[in-house]
Amino acid sequence: MLNYTIRRLMFTIPVLLFISFIIFLLLDLAPNDPTGNLPMTIPPEVREKIRESLGLGQPIHVRYFKWCVQFFVNEPLNIIDQMFGTCTWGCEDRLRVQSWATRSPVVDLIVERMPQTLWVVGMSYVVGILIAIPIGVISAYRQYSWFDQAGTFVSMVGFSVPTFFTGVLMIVIFSVMIPTDSWFWFPSIYDTTHKVTDLASFGFQIRQMAMPVFVLALYNAAQISRFMRASMLDNLNQDYVRTARAKGMRERVVLLVHVLRNSLIPVVTVIALGVPQVFGGAIITEQVFKVNGLGQLLIIGIQGADIPLVQTLTFIFAVLIVLFNLIADILYGILDPRIRYD
Amino acid sequence: MKLKTALLGAATAVALSGVTAQAERGADGHLNIIYWQAASILNPFLSGGTKDTEASSMVIEPLARYDEQGNMLPWLVDEIPTVANGGISEDLTTITWKLTPGIKWSDGSDFTAADVVFTGEYCMHPEGGCQQESKFAGVKNVEALDDLTVKITFDGPKPFPYAPFVGVESPIIQAAQFANCLGADAPNCTEANFGPHGTGPFRVTEFKANDVISYEANPHYRDPAKPAFATATFKGGGDAAAAARSVLETGEFDYAWNLQIDPTILTQMAGAGKGTVVSSFGTSVERLMVNLSNPDAALGDKRSTLEGGPHPFLTDPIVRTALSKAIDRALVSEVGYGAAGKPTCNVLPAPAIYASTANDACLGQDIAGANAMLEGAGWVKGADGIRAKDGVRLSILYQTSTNAVRQDTQALLKQWWSEIGVETELKNVDAGVFFGGDQSSPDTYQKLFADIEMYTNNFAGTDPEAYMGNWVCDEIPMPSNNWLGSNMPRYCDPAYDALAAKMGQTSALEERAELAKAMNDMLMQAGAMIPLVHRGDVSAHSNTLNGVKMNSWDSELWNVADWTRAD
Repeated sequence: MLNYTIRRLMFTIPVLLFISFIIFLLLDLAPNDPTGNLPMTIPPEVREKIRESLGLGQPIHVRYFKWCVQFFVNEPLNIIDQMFGTCTWGCEDRLRVQSWATRSPVVDLIVERMPQTLWVVGMSYVVGILIAIPIGVISAYRQYSWFDQAGTFVSMVGFSVPTFFTGVLMIVIFSVMIPTDSWFWFPSIYDTTHKVTDLASFGFQIRQMAMPVFVLALYNAAQISRFMRASMLDNLNQDYVRTARAKGMRERVVLLVHVLRNSLIPVVTVIALGVPQVFGGAIITEQVFKVNGLGQLLIIGIQGADIPLVQTLTFIFAVLIVLFNLIADILYGILDPRIRYD
Repeated sequence: MKLKTALLGAATAVALSGVTAQAERGADGHLNIIYWQAASILNPFLSGGTKDTEASSMVIEPLARYDEQGNMLPWLVDEIPTVANGGISEDLTTITWKLTPGIKWSDGSDFTAADVVFTGEYCMHPEGGCQQESKFAGVKNVEALDDLTVKITFDGPKPFPYAPFVGVESPIIQAAQFANCLGADAPNCTEANFGPHGTGPFRVTEFKANDVISYEANPHYRDPAKPAFATATFKGGGDAAAAARSVLETGEFDYAWNLQIDPTILTQMAGAGKGTVVSSFGTSVERLMVNLSNPDAALGDKRSTLEGGPHPFLTDPIVRTALSKAIDRALVSEVGYGAAGKPTCNVLPAPAIYASTANDACLGQDIAGANAMLEGAGWVKGADGIRAKDGVRLSILYQTSTNAVRQDTQALLKQWWSEIGVETELKNVDAGVFFGGDQSSPDTYQKLFADIEMYTNNFAGTDPEAYMGNWVCDEIPMPSNNWLGSNMPRYCDPAYDALAAKMGQTSALEERAELAKAMNDMLMQAGAMIPLVHRGDVSAHSNTLNGVKMNSWDSELWNVADWTRAD
């Protein structure tokens, strides 16, 4: 298992380098211009100078090489320096990956966005899982009952109704129609400067997270509950279930110990594969509630042709996807002793 | 709930100090502003985006700025220099500003002429990529005569010398803070770019790029009674409709900027009674650019250039006039822009002294007249209902940027043009590509590989000289100048160039106005451009916010120091 893990890890290095190059090429070939969104009053000659000052005049391989050095060498060094307060080789004039729109280091921007994305999107994933598993179990156990039908309906709604619709619907109900002084009123705009210091501010944090978390949790729960249900159904018809019942075990034990544990194996891998999406943020939901997390950062970067930002963010997402694929594979091996890679 | 706390806070502040609320800095609590395009940076020299310049306008200020009527106001100076008061030299080559004594930066140090000189040096540095460089065009030298006197020398007579250090795009930054940020180092000064020291009513306490800015009242602001708000938030993100909702329907925010959304939705939101929609008109005109050169793809590299030859039918003035006559501008304006638009027949619609009335006949739609004109000129309808003459069919490729309002306008025009026997093919291009200068893309607005294109243009400030200079022969985009140029119609008339040159040497305002009007009329009568809608800016403010004076000539937040909370 260890050998397998090491082999896979080694293999990810060329894969990631290749991915980073493809992303760079794609962004470079896309017709886009960082000065495209500037007011028309800025004349074309000035725009040309701006592009040059951003380094766009250099050939593509030079720019790619620079990005690689900045991302793979300078940024890790900077993290080490910040953690230990040291100053390794030339920390004074070390070039970090700079965003074009904000002229600040991209990694700092990402770190700044992490808390709200993890709070809102991460929480919605957790809530989604907590809702989905019981629904999946009961739906499968009582297949075609009214509960199963209702669960199917809700997950179809969660699947098919886009978050920009449910999000705005929630805002119209809970922010617009309900009076501001009511307990049922929720803020439609997420305050990223809010700091949790005491119980009251924690309460406000919960309130401002409520609507985006609910909207996203509905979507996540819809997907996972379907997986859970299907996996439970597969196992319920297995021979070992009949054996367990024949042994005289209680139905609770059969269901929750024997069947649930076995059915969770594929679901856990599905959940692990979904984790990178949490870091990717939820672009649309973040826009609707102005959460301004990583998803919103990416979309602003794309709109403004902020290539270093988009390149770095997309690459980090790629790293996470590759890593969690590996984790899912290993988890599968750990959970199911029948599966061996060596 | 927020409002209540704010009022409570204000009440306590008043009770503690025992002074009346009107004359107290910070007495009105917290101000919430939403700009749905989030601010990326607070240095307007490194980002010309409106969201960034306006966010920074609460902190850093120019020497003089424009009020809501477009009049110049002395801001950090005592009076506007003119030839009459000796501030501008007789030969129009220098201007001398006298700073108001006693102004301090938000860190407590003195505001001096050295800061102004430094700002000039900062933006004019050849490697800095300064986005407001055009404000400093023609500046030879900026020098400090003493601590409070700045003299700007131009390399020739400058009849309108109020470009540098005037208006929201050209504020003064602190020399001490930006000293190490000149030229190629400019982008590396993240801390200064995110929290510039300023002379304005607020200073930055926290900056989260592309997200939110927190401000507090500047303790060293020159008027001890202002600003009325102790703190302010400048939130970004979402879209225009959501921003409008947060002010007009939920009341979470006090001011929302740039609400270009469906006029009926905006009116409906305003009906909730929590806020007011305000608009003002600057110089923006939505117009059609008529390609006078030949965009035929068969011409290869000569496509849409003067060498490629004239356009097969748009060079016929009858056709251009007929196209204009067939348009119902009032309807286009009402459907697409509501309160934020009015029909216009001029490419230079404001300020009032420059607005011509000679072309107003175009305001009425006249499809029968247009048909008759074309018929008379020999353009005869074929079997398919499309007019043709000598084998040339009136078939137009009409492009614009992707935007719901523009696509509605395109559909309307296509319908009207079909009624006069003109076939129209519509095309829309993503705004980032259309307005982007990517040399390899065939879809940019400069290349104009189409017969007609539509977009909005305007000019900053109130002086139209540079704007009217967009349509001289030298400004025609072509491969040899990397398609950099503003003369999209490829209009070239020596008489027009002569007027433009004359304007560059005339300083009397009335004469300049006459020249600008004459140039506007020439362009309109030649039909090089077909103006459609004079576009305004639309914002909304909460009914509990007093003092908002919507301004299209400067930052919308230009008088934020005077904003107060209504009781």
